[in-house]
Amino acid sequence: MSVVAPRDVQVVGDLSGLPASASGVRHLVWWGNIGFMLIEGTGFALAAAAYLYLMTQQAPAWPPPGARPPDLSWGLVFTLGLLLSELPNLWVRRRALAKDARGVRVGVAAMAVLGLLLLIPRGYELAHLNTRWDSDAYGSVVWMLMVLHTSHVVTDWGDTAVQAAWLFTHEIGDDQFADVEDNANYWTFVVLTWLPIGAIVYGLARLW
Amino acid sequence: MIPDLDRRDRLSLTWRDPPGWWGFLTTVDHKRIAARYIVTALLLLFLAGLLALDMRWQLSWAENDRMGPQLYNESFSLHGSTMLFLVSVPAMEAMALWLVPLMLGQRNMAFPRLGAFSYWLYLGGVLTLWVAHALDVTPDLGWFEYPPLSGPNYAPGHRADIWAQMITFTEVAALCASVNVAATILKMRPPGMTLARMPVFLWAMLVASLMTILSMPAIMLVTSMLIADRLVSTHFFAPAANGDVLLFQHLFWFFGHPEVYIIFIPATGFVSSIVETFARRRLFGHHVLVLAILAIGCLAFGLWVHHMFAVGLPRLGNDFYTAASMAIAVPAGLQIFCWIATMATGRTWLATPMLWVLGFVATFVLGGLSGVMTASAALDLQLTDSYFVVAHFHYVLVGGAMFPLFGAFCYWYPKATGRMMSERWGRVAFALIVGGFNLGFAPMHLLGLMGMPRRVYTYPAGMGWEGLNQIATLGSAIAVAGGLVFVANALLSYWRGAPAGADPWGASTLEWAGESPSPPWNLAYTPVVDSLTPLWDSPVLRVMDGVAIERREVIVTSVVDAAPLYRQKSAAPSIWPVVAALAVTAMFLGSIFTPWAIAAGALPIAAALTGWFWPQRGRATTGPLRVRS
Repeated sequence: MSVVAPRDVQVVGDLSGLPASASGVRHLVWWGNIGFMLIEGTGFALAAAAYLYLMTQQAPAWPPPGARPPDLSWGLVFTLGLLLSELPNLWVRRRALAKDARGVRVGVAAMAVLGLLLLIPRGYELAHLNTRWDSDAYGSVVWMLMVLHTSHVVTDWGDTAVQAAWLFTHEIGDDQFADVEDNANYWTFVVLTWLPIGAIVYGLARLW
Repeated sequence: MIPDLDRRDRLSLTWRDPPGWWGFLTTVDHKRIAARYIVTALLLLFLAGLLALDMRWQLSWAENDRMGPQLYNESFSLHGSTMLFLVSVPAMEAMALWLVPLMLGQRNMAFPRLGAFSYWLYLGGVLTLWVAHALDVTPDLGWFEYPPLSGPNYAPGHRADIWAQMITFTEVAALCASVNVAATILKMRPPGMTLARMPVFLWAMLVASLMTILSMPAIMLVTSMLIADRLVSTHFFAPAANGDVLLFQHLFWFFGHPEVYIIFIPATGFVSSIVETFARRRLFGHHVLVLAILAIGCLAFGLWVHHMFAVGLPRLGNDFYTAASMAIAVPAGLQIFCWIATMATGRTWLATPMLWVLGFVATFVLGGLSGVMTASAALDLQLTDSYFVVAHFHYVLVGGAMFPLFGAFCYWYPKATGRMMSERWGRVAFALIVGGFNLGFAPMHLLGLMGMPRRVYTYPAGMGWEGLNQIATLGSAIAVAGGLVFVANALLSYWRGAPAGADPWGASTLEWAGESPSPPWNLAYTPVVDSLTPLWDSPVLRVMDGVAIERREVIVTSVVDAAPLYRQKSAAPSIWPVVAALAVTAMFLGSIFTPWAIAAGALPIAAALTGWFWPQRGRATTGPLRVRS
């Protein structure tokens, strides 16, 4: 029963002809990226559930008496800007898939600038939420949703800026084109998660 | 043919770690990282066991004042937090980190540096809790730290913060490990290992990883909310400002109940592997076992409220969660029947790992039955917070997860060390631990029914509880003595055990194809799989050549069919995971004291991650910033 020596092997094929890189769903890192999106997406969903729970369970009115809903204007500017940023983002993604070095250098740098610009309306949004995190549970949960999303915008902006610096100073290989694609996918995640979060923060405070 | 020496030498050159301390800090070898995880978790298991023994000693006599209420609160809080967050989950992850690449015939995990980062962060969580304990800042509000007791008004000081931040450490570590395990299983199976030919062990690890990914964000979120309430005066759990303390419980148990199955499901993987090997036949009902694991994985998310039956929720809600809790007994029961059928129809050999499986089946079934009892909201209202519940969850968690883990330890020990553990002392340890455990915990069912509450440091004389408590203490002491025999056996066998050879048990799965202990590169070639039991179907291992041996490379395959797609560069040893973990540790610890630590700590973390991910390639020869010679 017991086998002392490692198994004899019989070579039945050769993998050396396979490519040394891949992109899209074939790529290993794409799946790692999906894993982290799943984690953060679950975090967003649970934070949204906490908002709905507090809204329906405890508060006599929502927002509580004396608090106004967040001002719409800066929220709209940010949302519009974020949605428009998806156009260059998808273009960068296509350039990455086409392995276009010049395209990804310009595109990623542009996305870094756009990310920085978007932080301006986001800053104004935070200043016009019309509640503080320490006012009451309503303020706490609104700020939680906003801080969660803002931390993602800032993180992806940092990642994009570092990536742009690297791309301009190095020879780009297939793996780095895949990295650009992953970063673009992540920005799409940041854009898509804002839609329900924004709808909750701005919409439910008016409709409930 | 046998892999030639030249190939082995070249592989060793490619996959070796740097020597000495630098190698210790920079290694990305999944086996070294997993071994650290396991040794750390076992050490903590020993410490948590001593705490348990100390508490049992305290409860052996009525009106015992050897411990005061504060020390007792700290003891059970430290015991529970250590066992749940620092022993059970990490030990299961460690088994995945160690075994998944071996069982796939791969040379490393999908993301080697993420594995190293995960361990260092876990170690940060361990040190946070236990160094704080040494400094007498021990959490004292149970393993769940419910507000309002843990809120700013009732828990001054930093005991609750230490607990909450220990959670953050260990959960980030667990999430990193889970993404790593899931990606490895989905994308790095050897050619031919379609999903239908995947061993139950890998299914178990995949489902447990996905459950971790979907449940642990809940506890990270809720402990962050608690820290915010304590640090920056948010009001999530403050009813006076429209907050709600039950929100904490909902989020905690949305994680906490799946957590039980995150611990149990990997154990079903261990049991399946052991039963197949020692019954010497293919698992009876492979597909049923896999579907049962998937069913448990789904149902586990739908019954968290059964931990909250006593908080006054609507009757209909309680009824739903009673039904869901009872429903999960169906797939769990199917699994038990499949294992019993395999044993009954095979040529079953009762070596030590198999004894642990028998101990598991008996103990876990008892725990499952008391679980069906406590699933009933009406009965639970009477039993909750009594010793009956203590008996129930120890039967489920120790019987359902620790016994299979000990069996797995004995089963894969020869592969990890190249030595056999002593069978005789293995049997002694088994008898002492399983016998002592049952002697220790069975009386607690009765104590609970007699009305003895949980979490009290002593009780009045004349309640009639002393005799059963003394039996429980005796049982616990016997089990701890068995634990010492188990560890002594493992330590002595490391030096004095008989050489194991490649496959001492005659097992069916790929981790046994290569030499023991596995070299840093695992298998010399990429195996090809065409059945559920590849080592039983052919005396020769069918393999493919072509994955590089002069550089670190792994093969990536398709998700469903495991068709080879491309060759992926695998990360070399790096100091950045430990640097990144140190930066994250500084931020986590700082944020116990000031929210500004989050802003200040972000910069070193960003710097460390930049160093980690900065690709090493030549300077640009095109574009505006190209090298100009």
